[in-house]
Amino acid sequence: MTGTTLQTKLAQARSEGRAALIGYMPAGFPDVESSIRVVQAMVAGGCDVIEVGLPYSDPMMDGPTIQRAADLALEAGTTTDDVFRVVEAGAATGAATLVMSYWNPIERYGVERFAQNLAKAGGAGVITPDLLPEEAEEWIAAGDREGLDRIFLVAPSSTDRRLALTVRACRGFVYAASLMGITGTREQVSDTAEGLVRRTREAAGDSGLPVCVGLGISNAAQAAEVAAYADGVIVGTGFCQRVLDAPDLETGLIAVESFARELATGVRAR
Amino acid sequence: MSHNRQMPDAHGHYGRFGGRFAPEALVAALDEVETEWEKARQDPAFQAELAELLKDYTGRPSALSEARNFSEHCGGARILLKREDLNHTGSHKINNVLGQALLTRRMGKTRVIAETGAGQHGVATATACALLGLECVIYMGEEDTRRQALNVARMRMLGAEVVPVTIGSRTLKDAINEAFRDWVANVDRTHYLFGTVAGPHPFPKLVRDLHFVVGAEAREQVLERVGRLPDAVAACVGGGSNAMAIFAAFIPDESVALYGFEAGGEGADTPRTAASITAGSHGVFHGARTFVLQDEYGQTLPSHSISAGLDYPAVGPEHAYLAETGRASYEPITDAEAMEAFRLLCRTEGIIPAIESAHALAGARKLGERLGPDAVVLVNLSGRGDKDVNTAAAYFGLVDTEDQA
Repeated sequence: MTGTTLQTKLAQARSEGRAALIGYMPAGFPDVESSIRVVQAMVAGGCDVIEVGLPYSDPMMDGPTIQRAADLALEAGTTTDDVFRVVEAGAATGAATLVMSYWNPIERYGVERFAQNLAKAGGAGVITPDLLPEEAEEWIAAGDREGLDRIFLVAPSSTDRRLALTVRACRGFVYAASLMGITGTREQVSDTAEGLVRRTREAAGDSGLPVCVGLGISNAAQAAEVAAYADGVIVGTGFCQRVLDAPDLETGLIAVESFARELATGVRAR
Repeated sequence: MSHNRQMPDAHGHYGRFGGRFAPEALVAALDEVETEWEKARQDPAFQAELAELLKDYTGRPSALSEARNFSEHCGGARILLKREDLNHTGSHKINNVLGQALLTRRMGKTRVIAETGAGQHGVATATACALLGLECVIYMGEEDTRRQALNVARMRMLGAEVVPVTIGSRTLKDAINEAFRDWVANVDRTHYLFGTVAGPHPFPKLVRDLHFVVGAEAREQVLERVGRLPDAVAACVGGGSNAMAIFAAFIPDESVALYGFEAGGEGADTPRTAASITAGSHGVFHGARTFVLQDEYGQTLPSHSISAGLDYPAVGPEHAYLAETGRASYEPITDAEAMEAFRLLCRTEGIIPAIESAHALAGARKLGERLGPDAVVLVNLSGRGDKDVNTAAAYFGLVDTEDQA
C-alpha cells in the first residue's frame, strides 16, 4: 500500500520500533535562504518530518520564541509563496514536509490554490492549529483532491466525542497537544500527555491513525519519555531558540543539527 | 430577552460569518460558556441578580437626552442621545461585564482575564471583579498603557493586575492574542471576559445578549417621548459592542435604519484607518470569519484611529452579516470629523463624550443633513470623555504640551 511521504515515514519509524522525529521551523526565519539551510540541517541531524511554519502576524497559540521567529520572518518580507519554496527544499531532502499554518493566510491565498501549490511543491499535508473539523469542509475537500494529509489537534480538555470527531477528520496523524498551553519549552513533559494519547488511540480504533505529541519537548530525555507512548515527537521552540541564540547562521546550523541528533537519539531510546 | 433567536445558528454562524476558529484546547471552555449562559438566561434567580445590579449598581435605565442645541448642527433633525456615558464606570461596557462576572461565579471559576484598548472594558472588568471578589488580570498593549495611563491607575486601584503587552503592534489586537494565550494555559479556573461582539462563538452572541437592554430601553423611551420609532439609529463601531447594544432591539423594525460609523482615521482610503467593513475584506480573525484589514497574504494590517477604543483591525461577525445583507449601513468617520463633533457636543450640550462616541455624533450630523428636520435620530452615546481629556486637549491645543512632559 502506498501512502503520502508522511504516512511512509511514520510507518517506517513504527517498523523500526521507534517514534518519528518531527521538527518545526518558520519559513523565512531569519530569511528564506537561511531557513532552507536550517531545514536541511534539521534533516541531516535526524528529523524524519519537517513542519514548515507559515509566519503570521497574530500567532495566538505561540509562545515568545516562535512569536519572535515569525516576527523576524515577516520583517524579512516572507510570503506564502516563499513558504512553498521552503517546502520544496524540505521535500528535496527526502523528509516528509508539512506546512503548519493559522487558518487566515490559507483562506486568503485561496484554499484550492494553496492545496494545489503545496502539492506541486512536494508538500505532504497541513497542520491547522486554529481550524476545527466543524469549519474545515472546504479544506478537507481540497486536500482530498490533491492527496494531502490534514492534521488537526486534540487537547487534554477534548471530550471523547470530540476526539472521535477529530480523528475521523485527520489523515496522516493526529497532533496531541501535551498540555493546556502555548508553544514553548517546559522543564517537564506534562503527565497529561500519556493519558491523552491513550484516549486518542481508543478513539482512532482500528484505523491505527498515528498519534504524535507536541508542546514543551526540548531535550533527548523528554523525547525518549514521549517516544515510549507516541508515534512521533514534535519539537519547535528548541530549534528556533538555537537559531535566535547563534551569533551567525553557520554557528546556528551546527547547533540545530546537533540538537536534532540529540533528539533523534531520544526517539530511539524508548 | 426574546429576540433574533434565529441568529446565530447552532455553530455561531451569522450567514457566512462568525463560527469558531479556535484551538481545540479552548473548545471545552467555549462550550461551557455557551451552555451555562443558556441556563443562566432561563434562570430567574440569575436574571434577578443581574437586573438588580444593572439598576442599583450601574444606574439603569440610562437617561435619554434630547440634544436640542446640537440638533442645529444636524440639519435640524431631532437628536436623542442614549446616555450610556452616565453608567457606573462611564460607558456601556459595564452591562456585559456584570453579566459575565456573574456567569464566571456560576461556572465556579475564580479568576478573570480581559483585554482592553482604551481601558473602558478593563476598568469595568476590574470593577466587577472587585465587587464579586474575583481575581482579575487585564492585558493591555504597551502603546495603550501609555496613551491611557490614568485608566491603568484606575484598574490597579480596583485591585486588578495590568499586564502591558510588548509583542506585535502593542495595541488592542495584541492584548487579545495575549489574553487567549493566558486562557488556554489557565482555563480550568479562568474565564476570559471578552469585551466586544467579536471572537469565537459564543462571545458575539453572549455579549450582544448582555447589552440588549440598551436598545430595548431606548426603544421604549423613544416611543414614549416621540410617539413613534426613530427614523435612524446611529452608533460607533470598532469591535461593535455598543452598536450591537443599540441595534439589536431594532433589527425587527424594518422602518428603522441602522447606521454604524467606523473609525476612518485619516481616511478610509488611506493606510491610516480602522474602518474594517469599508476598507477591509473577508477573513478569519480572533476566532471568527468577518471583515479584516489585511494584506494580500492574510497578514493583519496595523489599524489607526484617534480613538483607542475603535483602533481594531476587524469587526464583530454579526455586523459583517448586517452589512452584507444591507440591514445596517456602515460609513467611515475621520479623526477630524469625530473631533469636530466632540467639540460641538461639549460646547452646545455640556456633555463631554468619549472620542469613540463622537464618531456616532459625527455620523448623526450627516444623517440629520440627509434626512432633514422631520427626522428623529437615536444616537448611542456609549461613553464619557473623561479618559480622553488629555488627547482632546492636545488635539485642540488647550494645554502647553511642553509643560506636560
